Amino acid sequence: MSKQINVALIGNPNTGKTSVFNALTGLNQKVGNYPGITVEKKEGICKLSRGVKAHILDLPGTYSLNASSLDENVVIELLLNKNNKDFPDVALIISDVENLKRNLLLFTQIKDLKIPTILVINMADRMGRRGISLNIEMLEQELKTKVALVSTRKNEGIQELKTLIENYKNLSVEPCLDTSTIDSEYFSSLKKAFPNQDLYKLWVVISQDANFGKMDRNELDFSKFKTKTKSELKRLQQKETIKRYQFINGVLKEAQTIDETKATDLRTKFDKILTHKVWGYFIFFIILLTIFQVIYDWATVPMDFIDSSFALLADWIKMTFPEGGKFTNLIAEGVVAGIGGIVIFIPQIAFLFLFIAVLEESGYMSRVVFLMDRIMRRFGLSGKSVVPLISGTACAIPAIMATRNIENWKERLITILVTPFTTCSARLPVYLIIIALVIPEGRFIGLSYQALALMLLYLVGFGMAIFSAYILDKILKTNRKTFFVVEMPNYKIPMLKNVALTVLEKTKTFVFEAGKIILAISIVLWILASYGPGKDFKNADTIVEANHPELQGEQLENKIAAYKLEHSFIGIIGKTIEPAIKPLGYDWKIGIGIVTSFAAREVFVGTLATIYSVGSTLDDDDKTIKNRMAHEVHDNGSKVFTLASGISLLLFYAFAMQCMSTLAIVKRETNSWKWPMIQLFGMSFIAYIIALIAFQILN
Amino acid sequence: MPLTIADLKKGQRAIIIDSSSENIPLKLLEMGCLPGNTVELLQVAPFHDPMYLNINDSYLAIRKETAALIIIEKINE
Repeated sequence: MSKQINVALIGNPNTGKTSVFNALTGLNQKVGNYPGITVEKKEGICKLSRGVKAHILDLPGTYSLNASSLDENVVIELLLNKNNKDFPDVALIISDVENLKRNLLLFTQIKDLKIPTILVINMADRMGRRGISLNIEMLEQELKTKVALVSTRKNEGIQELKTLIENYKNLSVEPCLDTSTIDSEYFSSLKKAFPNQDLYKLWVVISQDANFGKMDRNELDFSKFKTKTKSELKRLQQKETIKRYQFINGVLKEAQTIDETKATDLRTKFDKILTHKVWGYFIFFIILLTIFQVIYDWATVPMDFIDSSFALLADWIKMTFPEGGKFTNLIAEGVVAGIGGIVIFIPQIAFLFLFIAVLEESGYMSRVVFLMDRIMRRFGLSGKSVVPLISGTACAIPAIMATRNIENWKERLITILVTPFTTCSARLPVYLIIIALVIPEGRFIGLSYQALALMLLYLVGFGMAIFSAYILDKILKTNRKTFFVVEMPNYKIPMLKNVALTVLEKTKTFVFEAGKIILAISIVLWILASYGPGKDFKNADTIVEANHPELQGEQLENKIAAYKLEHSFIGIIGKTIEPAIKPLGYDWKIGIGIVTSFAAREVFVGTLATIYSVGSTLDDDDKTIKNRMAHEVHDNGSKVFTLASGISLLLFYAFAMQCMSTLAIVKRETNSWKWPMIQLFGMSFIAYIIALIAFQILN
Repeated sequence: MPLTIADLKKGQRAIIIDSSSENIPLKLLEMGCLPGNTVELLQVAPFHDPMYLNINDSYLAIRKETAALIIIEKINE
């Protein structure tokens, strides 16, 4: 038998669905996207006995078959489409032993779609501690299913689950609820209008909010059928929910007993402190400080190592391969520098995802959402905006994707629009080099001016995010309804395997997604700097020799290189925009840096490195980028990097929208070019004005 | 004015009488916010908003504006 068994994992959020997925597939998993949308698609292979394999699909967490988000919609679209290649042969409903009642709601809905279904009761190890006992036999009988009691933490019950999957053909497909009992009159007329359709499927399709999906709703011919109004449909959905709970309560009354006296209440104890009106905020603040400390202090150790390793690699390539060859230069100056520019962010991104994964897994993140919601709402945001805004300090891309669980469209949109103002790690290299150049050394109550300047830039970024959210809240009009429901899961010790896999996965995605763009730009940049139109570029050698007969050897070569750069394609671009950026205190070389930065900010340092190394007129012992920049002068002999131009540049980078990948993600998440364009022009306009004012005042 | 969840004080328990208002999200009902079920206010953020509840053994936080739509009857203890 060579056919794979298609298995779908379905369940409420916070039920340990991912743990079950990890336990079944181990490292045999891959993460992609569903076609056309950015919802994460996790799939893996599980080996069963006798060479039979199961294809496991981990569907997004959902509370029911009524979609209220894009993620949940994926689940419904798959389950309603028998022709989908991922359509499950068997569905595993992952439920949490402590929330069985609520988890069974989804179970009964899936069961009514007549898909073979196994009920997986996870976290069985907690039963004793909560005083819960279950009559499995009775559950199986009442729910017409097979039950697998597992504990992913203790690795128990997985083998039994695999056996159940293998024998999926023995599962009953009898539904739990007779759909027509919801409203006999309505459903009998529905049945009459569509005699060939399954009644429950029909109902699921009809009752979905039209905002979502292009499901078979359109294929059904409603012309002969009087549809209900939205509020009538909602009333029926309510009735359905009540019916289902009646059924579930009946089942659990028999099959589940809870001895409250045995329950140890960890939740109450932790919540007393973590959601306290004073201590809760204090602890959150300490946790934030710790995260920043780790990301911007500890991460520098591996980052410095990566930096120097790539410098060595570039040198080695230049030494080993044919000298002066175009290809060698492309590899050493373009490709290696480009890859180095991506790899250097890995420690920071990995640390950040580590923290976020631990906070999410432990259940703490929901408490933060609870604590922050009221404060954030004042600025048109939601408590759920906190996670994106924190994530934004590493990278706006995962941050914007993390806005997806904000139910309110306006709050979500505002979060998406302002997140790029937070200081992402791509701004860091730019900040670091310019601060080192223009901010004097010295200390103020034990803190160096340079460190203070960096901190200030973070505050400025965050302040701008909050401020613009406030403005957007006043401007944007919306008629979509507000709602906010946050589940407060039980506290759990994060499972190492889950955290490690999340960090690995997210970091990999960042490196490859952002990496592709940065690498491509590095190469394009190198080409633009190495070629030029017209005679000036072609005859650079003779022109420089004629104009500077006194120069010899290396000095002459450097002068020629500088002349070539000025007349290369990129030099021409820089010169063209120079009039526009001169009032900000920049010259054409910085202009090139800014132009390339519109693809990705971190390219700035690399660009300047390329430009100054190509155009350098300094001696060998003065080769670091910083020194080269410090020695840069305007035509009139005054320094390029002064306090005024430096601060103007810092502020420009703090506010400008310079990240193609973010724009692409925003386009995908908002489904229109309108919002990314507003970001691009709005943010860049703000950046230009503020940098202009700063330079004119300081100069 | 009928009593709603928004009127609860920390630690108080009540029975849900009516949750059929149009503006209550379906998700909340699916989590067990249905007539007959008990609700307990566990914790409130500053300004009594949001409210952290235990509804029918589901632990969740909702905003005060939503809580004010769910009609309850207090349990005398």
